[in-house]
Amino acid sequence: MTAANSDLLALVAGIFGVLITASVIGFVLQRRISPDGSNAAIENLNARIKAWWVMVILIGVAFLAGRAGVLMLFAFCSFAALREFITLIDTKRADHWALASAFFIVLPIQYYLLWAGEYGIFSIFIPVYAFLLMPIIAVLRGDTERFLVRIAEVQWALMICVFCASHVPALLTLDIPGYEGRNVLLIAFLVIVVQLSDVLQYVWGKLFGRTKIAPNLSPSKTVEGFVGGICSATLIGALLWWITPFTPFQAGLLALIITLMGFFGGLVMSAIKRDRGVKDWGNLIEGHGGLIDRLDSVVFSAPIFFHLTRYWWSLS
Amino acid sequence: MNKQIRALSARPAAAAIVLFARAITAVRAIWPENGLPSRQCVYFANHSSHGDFVLVWAVLPPRMRQTTRPVAAAEYWLKSSLSRFIGRDVFDAVLIERDPAKRVEDPIDLMARAVDAGSSLILFPEGTRNQTGEQLLAFKSGLFHLAMARPDIDFVPVWINNLNRVMPKGAIVPIPLICTVTFGSSVHLQAGEEKGAFLQRTRAALLALAPQQAGKGK
Repeated sequence: MTAANSDLLALVAGIFGVLITASVIGFVLQRRISPDGSNAAIENLNARIKAWWVMVILIGVAFLAGRAGVLMLFAFCSFAALREFITLIDTKRADHWALASAFFIVLPIQYYLLWAGEYGIFSIFIPVYAFLLMPIIAVLRGDTERFLVRIAEVQWALMICVFCASHVPALLTLDIPGYEGRNVLLIAFLVIVVQLSDVLQYVWGKLFGRTKIAPNLSPSKTVEGFVGGICSATLIGALLWWITPFTPFQAGLLALIITLMGFFGGLVMSAIKRDRGVKDWGNLIEGHGGLIDRLDSVVFSAPIFFHLTRYWWSLS
Repeated sequence: MNKQIRALSARPAAAAIVLFARAITAVRAIWPENGLPSRQCVYFANHSSHGDFVLVWAVLPPRMRQTTRPVAAAEYWLKSSLSRFIGRDVFDAVLIERDPAKRVEDPIDLMARAVDAGSSLILFPEGTRNQTGEQLLAFKSGLFHLAMARPDIDFVPVWINNLNRVMPKGAIVPIPLICTVTFGSSVHLQAGEEKGAFLQRTRAALLALAPQQAGKGK
């Protein structure tokens, strides 16, 4: 067994341990406090834990399937996220071709470029080519009403759901000396730190939360939850240094940046939800809402984590 | 097309159409608080896209789906051999001639007979696809006449949201958007109720299911 495999195995065992513990706690709470399913918080907790099992198993299967599996999983995530995003924006008939090309041309090309390892064009394809292409397609229909708003909305949907999200699998393309064949663990590091940070912020907030941090955006986020969640997720990130090419200190520092970006990503995405008058982005994941509700912090931290790692550790 | 091939390929074709509709729209049913209708009924829905009945059909539980037939315009679904196959073999539509001059059979009779045979129906009481800025057009009188002919049947309002944005008129490529299909509680013809009152009441029941939030396809 290679080192990469045994690390992955240890990681999987750890994740399963956490999920089993969570499931047992959820089961006991349900028996004790909500035997008839009347306590909404506990029902939601159990729905979330169940969904976590499904997500972990899906990601695990994608990891086993290698590069193609990971790319397909994230291409699907981009597709579903883009669908949630576009559903919430005010499109007009004149945008039809621009939107159709976002789904069926821009998205596949972005993931194809990743597959082909064309980093140069991958990193500018959406912010340059797609950003210029969208208004060109839309303007051909001659509808100028709210033109700037409509174009900006589609561009931003592409930026968040396709460009940012594709930087998670892009971690596979990094060429880090001494870390060959283990890049998939970088994805695991990013996803674990971001998601644990979300969960821990929630837990700290529930236990000690007094001071609301942004009452207009997200009534459940508190200063205590923020500080506790960020600190504990950073610590866990540092303790996970052995699956990364980083030293424990570097791993902790990157985890801190990841969690901060994730936190602000969550705030930005809930500002959009507030503006659109909805509670969740969609209904794809039981107990979590839409896919973007789960992905919001990942998409903000992925490009930053990718570039920091690429700049300091990668040869490519 | 050969009759046997048509019969054999109808089910796979139906499954493929439903799968495609789900992949594009991630369609989700919202049932009323007292659950989904337990017995045979006539679903009446807003009509803005060719795919409307497919979405209603797709969210019904398989057992109910098998006995549910859309009511559709004959001149449209008999146009080509492909649309004939989809309309007649795949969805077993009750085909109605809209032009009174060409009618050989009364549409209400046709629908009533399908109901008597145990089928549920999907009906679009606006009579045509709504291409206007209005949320819902005025209802044609067919719904009332069917209610008069079969007063015991449940009339269930069904609001289809967002599908008009997925495939606006003239579009060939669909835009993937999340659609919902909201079912309301059933409505019945009341004793002595006039046509206008019944049509207004059913229309209001359907409109009440339309989502009000911002950003949902204006």
